Amino acid sequence: MVETTKQHWILACPTHDVPENGGVCVKVGDQQIAIFNFTRRGEWYATQNECPHRHQMALSRGMIGSAGEEPKVACPFHKKTFSLKSGECLSGDECSIATYPVEVREGNVFLLIDSHEL
Amino acid sequence: MKIIIVGNGMVGYKFCEKLVAKSEVHLDLTVFGEEIRPAYDRVHLSEFFSGKSAEDLQLAPTSWYTEQGIVLIVGDPILAINRKEKTVSSHSGLTMAYDYLVLATGSSAFVPPIPGVEKEGVFIYRTIEDLEMMQAWAPKAKTGAVIGGGLLGLEAAKAMIDLGVTNTHVIEFAPRLMPRQIDDAGSSVLKSKLETLGLSIHTSKNTTEIVGESAISGMRFQDESTLNVDMLVISAGIKPRDELAIAAQLNVGPRGGIVVNQQMFTSDPAILAIGECALFEGMIFGLVAPGYEMAEVAVASILGTEKVFLGFDMSTKLKLIGVDVASFGDPFIAGSEARSIVFEDKNKGIYKRINISKDGKELLGGILIGDAEQYNLLLQTCKNKVVLPPNPEDVILGSRGGESDGGAGVTSLPDEAVICSCEAVTKGEICGHVIDGAVSIEEIKKCTKAGTGCGGCVPMVKDLVNYTLKSQGIYVRNVICEHFAYSRQELLDLVRLQDLRSYDAVLTAHGNGDGCETCKPLVSSILASLWNELILDKGNDTAQDSNDRFLANIQKGGTYSVVPRIPGGEITPDKLIVIGQVAKEFNLYTKITGGQRIDLFGAHLSDLPIIWEQLIAAGFESGHAYGKALRTVKSCVGSTWCRFGLHDSVSFAIQIEERYRGIRAPHKIKGGVSGCIRECAEAQSKDFGIIATEKGWNLHVCGNGGSKPQHALLLASDLDSETCIRFIDRFLMFYIKTADPLTRTATWLNKLDGGMDYLRNVVVNDSLGIGSELESEMQSLVDNYVCEWKAAVENPEFRKRFSHFVNAPEEKDPTVQFDELRYQKKAQAWK
Ligand code: SRM
Ligand SMILES: Cc1cc2nc3c(=O)[nH]c(=O)nc-3n(C[C@H](O)[C@H](O)[C@H](O)COP(=O)(O)OP(=O)(O)OC[C@H]3O[C@@H](n4cnc5c(N)ncnc54)[C@H](O)[C@@H]3O)c2cc1C
Ligand code: SF4
Ligand code: FES
Repeated sequence: MVETTKQHWILACPTHDVPENGGVCVKVGDQQIAIFNFTRRGEWYATQNECPHRHQMALSRGMIGSAGEEPKVACPFHKKTFSLKSGECLSGDECSIATYPVEVREGNVFLLIDSHEL
Repeated sequence: MKIIIVGNGMVGYKFCEKLVAKSEVHLDLTVFGEEIRPAYDRVHLSEFFSGKSAEDLQLAPTSWYTEQGIVLIVGDPILAINRKEKTVSSHSGLTMAYDYLVLATGSSAFVPPIPGVEKEGVFIYRTIEDLEMMQAWAPKAKTGAVIGGGLLGLEAAKAMIDLGVTNTHVIEFAPRLMPRQIDDAGSSVLKSKLETLGLSIHTSKNTTEIVGESAISGMRFQDESTLNVDMLVISAGIKPRDELAIAAQLNVGPRGGIVVNQQMFTSDPAILAIGECALFEGMIFGLVAPGYEMAEVAVASILGTEKVFLGFDMSTKLKLIGVDVASFGDPFIAGSEARSIVFEDKNKGIYKRINISKDGKELLGGILIGDAEQYNLLLQTCKNKVVLPPNPEDVILGSRGGESDGGAGVTSLPDEAVICSCEAVTKGEICGHVIDGAVSIEEIKKCTKAGTGCGGCVPMVKDLVNYTLKSQGIYVRNVICEHFAYSRQELLDLVRLQDLRSYDAVLTAHGNGDGCETCKPLVSSILASLWNELILDKGNDTAQDSNDRFLANIQKGGTYSVVPRIPGGEITPDKLIVIGQVAKEFNLYTKITGGQRIDLFGAHLSDLPIIWEQLIAAGFESGHAYGKALRTVKSCVGSTWCRFGLHDSVSFAIQIEERYRGIRAPHKIKGGVSGCIRECAEAQSKDFGIIATEKGWNLHVCGNGGSKPQHALLLASDLDSETCIRFIDRFLMFYIKTADPLTRTATWLNKLDGGMDYLRNVVVNDSLGIGSELESEMQSLVDNYVCEWKAAVENPEFRKRFSHFVNAPEEKDPTVQFDELRYQKKAQAWK
């Protein structure tokens, strides 16, 4: 059987629900996705909400910032940091996180999600 | 060239790392490991019990070997070497040819032939599997024992306590603990220190039998005494794994160990041995640093470069046990060649001995117990034969007046001094990299690997970095992070002068980049300390640590704790009932804390505002258990009830707790008030502690508990209540304005030039003339206080932030799971 994965843009939440320079968590089907409003850079990012270190649903509550040019988020539990662009762990661990394309249209935040994640 | 390595332990791994780094041609490298996991950090094995996973301990992931082109075969021990054919064969039936064979088989625990060692509940302490088995057994055990009072045995004993086997005995055959490292006097000091940790120590005790049915139930000793135990760890020494070498008829020592020469070759020129299985000049080196050095030499030998192994210093520092113990050089040397200086403080449990040459110029060795802060420096002084100061006792006692500067610092070490012995990095290399622009510990770690092994040298590396920068004429600035080139104190002054009120404003004015998890909470704390405005306002919420952002401590699983303020530990029955009702309604675990109040654990984020609404309605307010702020002012019952009480300590504690509640500082602050010198409130272990006297109050400052306990020192005596508060105002405000981030008052004082005398001058004698300024700054913080939880629940915008899903605010995080324990819930363990 051939499996095809379709990708969809889905509406996550209104932009004003996401605090400036901070994150929130949205529920997408059974998934938890963290959305970050990086006001300082005028950028938006989305990643999985689960921190791979101890499997805690917490990244949306983490502090965001930069290491050099790289935008990053620090998990509130043990301060492991992850690139918001590539998902790579910047604290030297092997784990990484999934990232998702985000777009802002007319005051709403949209995410590009594989249909099987719905 | 085909190289096979037998053993993927610490040294086998280091050999691979060094070989791929050094070799310019492609080598055909195969590693056989008997354990199912790739090499891990055995030195920090015990951290497995304090939360590190097997993965955390890994030295490199499997993918590293693949990337380097190394074939790694784990869980498949080599069973035989065929020296004629130059092949090895493995348990799974693989046969493989080699040009060079490297044996890095390490050692196993030596188990003495005591009848009964095979019983269940008897363990050794060497691999992750051993620890997993101990972990599974420990919940059934009440009393434990360790055979062997050496380095490893004591570490194992501490691990047992951590596993919850709090009644643990250490059985040592020799007349003293750590017989190879410390002397009798040191051992007796160590023994009493360990006894305060809850260990029972038995020396000169010879185990003759382990009794029990299928599982251990007790031990019998030669002196006919017995001990009931249900768990035993044997740590009586190591036995080199030389069985392969013996079968292949390589030379081994009379008491085991594969004989190697200075180039690490065994008696067969195609076979080398390194690490704990190798016997060099009659000696097995049971430490990782000499093993790493052997790996380096073996790499050179195979690549045909000149390098020889010349033996290794066996100086050690015991880690983890909670008592500093170190020995270096020749700890025992005595007689005509040497003189010893001994310092002993039985009260504090400190013992220090240094052995110096007859002419008093050279340090030959020594022992440090109870306080090993000078270990690194003394080790280097000893190894490099640095000339001692005229009063050699200064190196252990510190300078006590006079000209001397308390001994040789990093500056006096020669460039060849090895600073990091795990990675063999010299002072010269470190300073060289600093001159080339590596100015932080992290950068030095990256480019030299110094400090990445046991970590013991990190303080010295720091000193070296600072010293080199200074000698380069660079003003050493204690900068915050890549985003702010200021110290906390400098930034605080700037923020105050320019009246900046939000993190973003501070970053725009004085920083660069977009901030990070280091500078955000730090700036937030400065803003709070200066203005005491609501911390959730002005976009500052997202610049707070998670705990401050949600006004609660985050816990395992992602729930939060709720700690209402209960000043002085005094609470009415009505309020107690409300706490009970709230806990019941929201299914919260309740516990009396060490700070005389009640913590409610396990609240969902979205329940926090409703919980606090109910608590506030009953007259509670935030306890700031989440903030770098005043925690509690602990109080004894005092003169209202106690027959010894001199003054009303509870009323004074409440007055003080309410005065400083909510104020943000570089770290948390704790206070205590005792009604008399019996000190039931333990005020001398607090950042500020007040003890009633016949004439008023004695004020002590800069104490703390925590991992490095320190008693508070007397600042002023017999004060009336008003003066006492004025002095605390000045003291706290001075601390808030000048301390480094995350520095408790005790550590701040330790670094303060002039120490307590200086602080007393500033606070009591107002030597800087800032007394009234400090007081009025404090007063404005006090006047600005509002309960931030009250503000949060009353503001709909703030309230909205307390939900897990922004698009489904009424739903709770479904991944949060609880288990049950003693009729309450507990957080499910980490995955
Ligand atoms: C609840 C409590 C333990 C208990 O069940 O008794 C506790 C719990 C925590 N302590 Fe503590 N400490 C508690 C009393 C203490 C005490 C005892 C005391 O205050 O008399 C100490 C030693 C005394 C001292 O601080 O000088 C103590 C020394 C620490 C330290 C080490 C501080 C240090 O300077 O070394 C930390 C770590 C830190 O703050 O960086 C810490 C950190 C923590 C944290 C906040 C860890 C964290 O970040 O998650 C724990 C939060 C639990 C939670 O979810 O609420 N806790 N902690 C106690 C709360 C007291 C209160 O009512 O506020
Ligand atoms: C709890 C603990 C704490 C320690 N603390 C310290 C410390 O603080 N400081 C310090 O310097 N040292 C410490 N050590 C000692 C340090 O861990 C050892 O010196 C170091 O691990 C030796 O490395 P190695 O590679 O020679 O041996 P190991 O790390 O034991 O590795 C040898 C490996 O070879 C495997 N092997 C054996 N035979 C075969 C075979 N036939 N085929 C395939 N594989 C085989 C073994 O299974 C093992 O995995 C500690 C050790 C322990 C157990
Ligand atoms: S409550 Fe304190 S001592 Fe206990 S585990 Fe947490 S931080 Fe450690
Ligand atoms: S759970 Fe995220 S860093 Fe540990």
